[in-house]
Amino acid sequence: MALTRRHLLTALPVIGTAALGVGFWEMLKGMKSGHFDPHAVDTPIIGRDLPDFPALEGLTDLGEGFSSETLRAQTKPVLVNFMASWCVPCVLEMPFLKTVSSEATIWGIVYKDKAERAAAFIQRNGAPYQRIGQDPQGTAAIEWGVTGVPESFLVMPGGKIVWHGSAALDKDTFLYTIRPMLNQFKEKAG
Amino acid sequence: MKRFFLTLLLLIAPLGASALDSPQERLGDPALEQRAEHLGAQLRCLVCQNESIEDSSAGLARDLRRIVREQVKAGRSDQQIMDWMTQRYGNFIRLKPVFDLQTALLWCMPVLALLIGLGAAWRIWKSPRTEIKALSDDEKKRLKTLLSKE
Amino acid sequence: MLEMFGPENGLFALALATILAFWQCVIPLWGLRSDRLRLINMASSLAISQALALIYSFFCLIVAAARDDFSVRNIAENSAISKPFLYKITGVWGNHEGSILLWILILGLCSMAVALTGRRGKVKLPATLRARVLVVLGAISVGFEFFCILTSNPFARLFPVPSDGMGMNPLLQDPGLAFHPPILYTGYVGFAVPFAFAVAALWEGRVNALWGWWVRNWTVAAWAFLTCGITMGSWWSYYILGWGGYWFWDPVENASLIPWLSGTALLHSALVVEKRESLKVWTILLALACFSFSLSGTFLVRSGILNSVHAFANDPARGIFILSLLGIITGGSMVLFAWRAPSLVAEGGLFAPISREGALVVNNILLCSLCAVVLTGTMYPPFMQLLFGQTLSVGKPFFDATTIPLTIPLLLVMGFGVGLSWKHAKLAPLLRRLSVPCALAIISFILSLFWLNSLLASLCAGLAIWVIAASLGDFWFRRKALTSLWHIPRFMVATLLAHCGVAITILGLCGMSAAQQTVVEAHKGEHFSLAGYDWKLQNVHTVDGKNYTAQQADIIVSRHHHIVAVMHPEKRYFEQQNQSTMNVSIHTNFLRDLYAVLGDIHEDGAQTSYILRLHDNPLAPWIWLGGLIMALGGFISLTHRRFHKGAAHAAQLRRARRQASP
Repeated sequence: MALTRRHLLTALPVIGTAALGVGFWEMLKGMKSGHFDPHAVDTPIIGRDLPDFPALEGLTDLGEGFSSETLRAQTKPVLVNFMASWCVPCVLEMPFLKTVSSEATIWGIVYKDKAERAAAFIQRNGAPYQRIGQDPQGTAAIEWGVTGVPESFLVMPGGKIVWHGSAALDKDTFLYTIRPMLNQFKEKAG
Repeated sequence: MKRFFLTLLLLIAPLGASALDSPQERLGDPALEQRAEHLGAQLRCLVCQNESIEDSSAGLARDLRRIVREQVKAGRSDQQIMDWMTQRYGNFIRLKPVFDLQTALLWCMPVLALLIGLGAAWRIWKSPRTEIKALSDDEKKRLKTLLSKE
Repeated sequence: MLEMFGPENGLFALALATILAFWQCVIPLWGLRSDRLRLINMASSLAISQALALIYSFFCLIVAAARDDFSVRNIAENSAISKPFLYKITGVWGNHEGSILLWILILGLCSMAVALTGRRGKVKLPATLRARVLVVLGAISVGFEFFCILTSNPFARLFPVPSDGMGMNPLLQDPGLAFHPPILYTGYVGFAVPFAFAVAALWEGRVNALWGWWVRNWTVAAWAFLTCGITMGSWWSYYILGWGGYWFWDPVENASLIPWLSGTALLHSALVVEKRESLKVWTILLALACFSFSLSGTFLVRSGILNSVHAFANDPARGIFILSLLGIITGGSMVLFAWRAPSLVAEGGLFAPISREGALVVNNILLCSLCAVVLTGTMYPPFMQLLFGQTLSVGKPFFDATTIPLTIPLLLVMGFGVGLSWKHAKLAPLLRRLSVPCALAIISFILSLFWLNSLLASLCAGLAIWVIAASLGDFWFRRKALTSLWHIPRFMVATLLAHCGVAITILGLCGMSAAQQTVVEAHKGEHFSLAGYDWKLQNVHTVDGKNYTAQQADIIVSRHHHIVAVMHPEKRYFEQQNQSTMNVSIHTNFLRDLYAVLGDIHEDGAQTSYILRLHDNPLAPWIWLGGLIMALGGFISLTHRRFHKGAAHAAQLRRARRQASP
């Protein structure tokens, strides 16, 4: 009896080590396949109503600004994209945004950038945005829980946020995540 | 990809460029400033590594510092400010996780480890003791009878 | 002449070392099986030749770096012609490949040390035990040498050969950091020897006092290096990162703290094995755990699982290789433990709670609890994410709240522990002796309450004084019992130094809790006051360095119109990497640090203003001074080559010898 208990006790470290080992193995596997990102951060905003933020001023000639009310009042889903002319991945993202702008409504929010520079940048890259709001202090971004640019959100009519991406938008994300959501909405709407 | 660029930026911007931006952001009232610093030390700079917003020079950290100070000045409680932050950035922003079902093991670890250790020591200490325990009166009587039998 | 040390020769030597390590593992094993002493004794010569091959290989890499051989990829990626010569050499281990080679080299040197020590003198290492230890070390070496050759070859060539290298992160170009990795790695790798001893003990099925002696000494050696390494790392963050922080509770720092805590526990429990022949199974487990923690630290830093500032370039493929090695080494040893430990004979004396060994048990419980807390805190975020998909942070406020309450009883026990005698201690005379330290502690607690304004910090300060006073008092008491001052056992001096070192570090941490700082926007000639000092920004000028240009400020600090210090914080710009660093200026008088940083420069028309961050850090140098004293204590204890003294232990020694010689 005493011997078995001793055996059990000495087996505990094996169990602990095995649990940790399996955990690490899963993490590495996930890192390779992309399911596990140790640097990922949860976004609490998904599934919630979009936050209230002060009305954002538009960029002349490129698009008028908007407020949380205008966004909620939309009848079609809107892809809200935070961007800035000083951000390298934003440059990479722009051509792709332009190609999907025919399929989805994209509204931009210019994060901590000068109006002229942002305008020139957007102009140069084909102006994919229907509306553009300026957030020079980054206050609206904080309401959305944005940590940097580019970040994108998919907002349903009524203001529910259904998707968030904290990387430059690419084809895969659009095809496999965003388009199905848009199609689902279209079917529902009839 | 974006994270990659952030890391790149972090590497290019000196790691040491901490919170050295402007003295104006501090609050005039030392008591309030101390409260703000205490709160800031518990909020993670989201784009940095394991640094609090008080220690970081990143733009976002500066913005959050400003918001903490504004809210402290407006008379909001520590709890309200923390809730405001968690509402937007989730539990990730709290350097000191809240106690709930998921963090129970984390928070109980010190007590748990101590109890296990003390329990084991108790067993080591107790086990030889039982062997040399003095005989009870009944046992003494039995021993006497046994010895007298011989 | 230098052609002898080409990169291919280095790679060849590394491959040769791998083969030698393989034989170091296999031949003695065969000898032990077939009871052939000659084969068993070959372990030592194989270990020595493996170490020599590794030294040669490492030297080849250094030669390539010194000669700016950019055809070697590793050097092209991390060095440059303009880099100062010292950093060309030390840059060899500043990257993943080079640091792995250094790691292996140190492991080889440890094998060599095991092969060479314990041949003469009073404490002999039995030949079979030596062979078993070398077999285990050889096996670990083979694993890591394969890892180095297959996934991170430091000698890989590059074609076409670039004309200049990419240069090194300027933050790493610092003398303190240059020698930090070798010392830290010696600490990490050193724990491989107690690990090998533990495996050998399980294999042999025998643990005795002599085994305890060897394990304790090897642990002390590794521990002293690790203490030095952690101290240097902390000092580095203090003066390089430029905001007065010295410990971030960053995962990589925790990865070094965990083996340190378990190593501290191990060296104390090995002492119980050596003196009292109990706690054997526990000591074996600790020795296994300690090296496993060191290894996991290496693995986690390199795999990118942990979110950290200091991480190397991440590569999951390498991660999988190291994880497999880790699985074999840790998992294998744990399975061996589960299989063999229950059959180890638990002989050992009685265990009274009021005795030296009782205090050491409490020490082990507290240190292991601390270790468990740091481990859980570090591993919680990745595991939460893996299991529940939730991200959370565990940072400084958590660790402060959980580790301080465990440190307080630890300090309390430290004061009592050294005064207790083995087996059964009498409490009454000890309490009488401790009345003076106790009074001193209470007085300093009350005094520091006025100064520190924090109950917790004052309590810790009082306890630190308690530890110092109790250790000194005990030393004094025991010294009186000795006949001559020259015969103070070095073991006693070592204990005294190590314990006082801990207390001094604690005092430094308490002092830092009263640190003051300010951020100012200064124009030339402006005055500021902080902590009773007057700080004046006298001038800012440009300075040219070897591979950078700098803006240097002259800050005159005075008190009561006497100049205390002239400080020169710099902001350096490295053109090659387009990076700038801040070089802190620190003026210290060992009781406080004055610390100044030059930040952004705002040019606003004719008026240029400078952002300055000024700190007053009381007792800050004590944090690192304490660490060095601890390590010094460790090194002194290594020079103490006695095994046991006194009649009570002579019998034990005889028994140990009898068991040791087959």
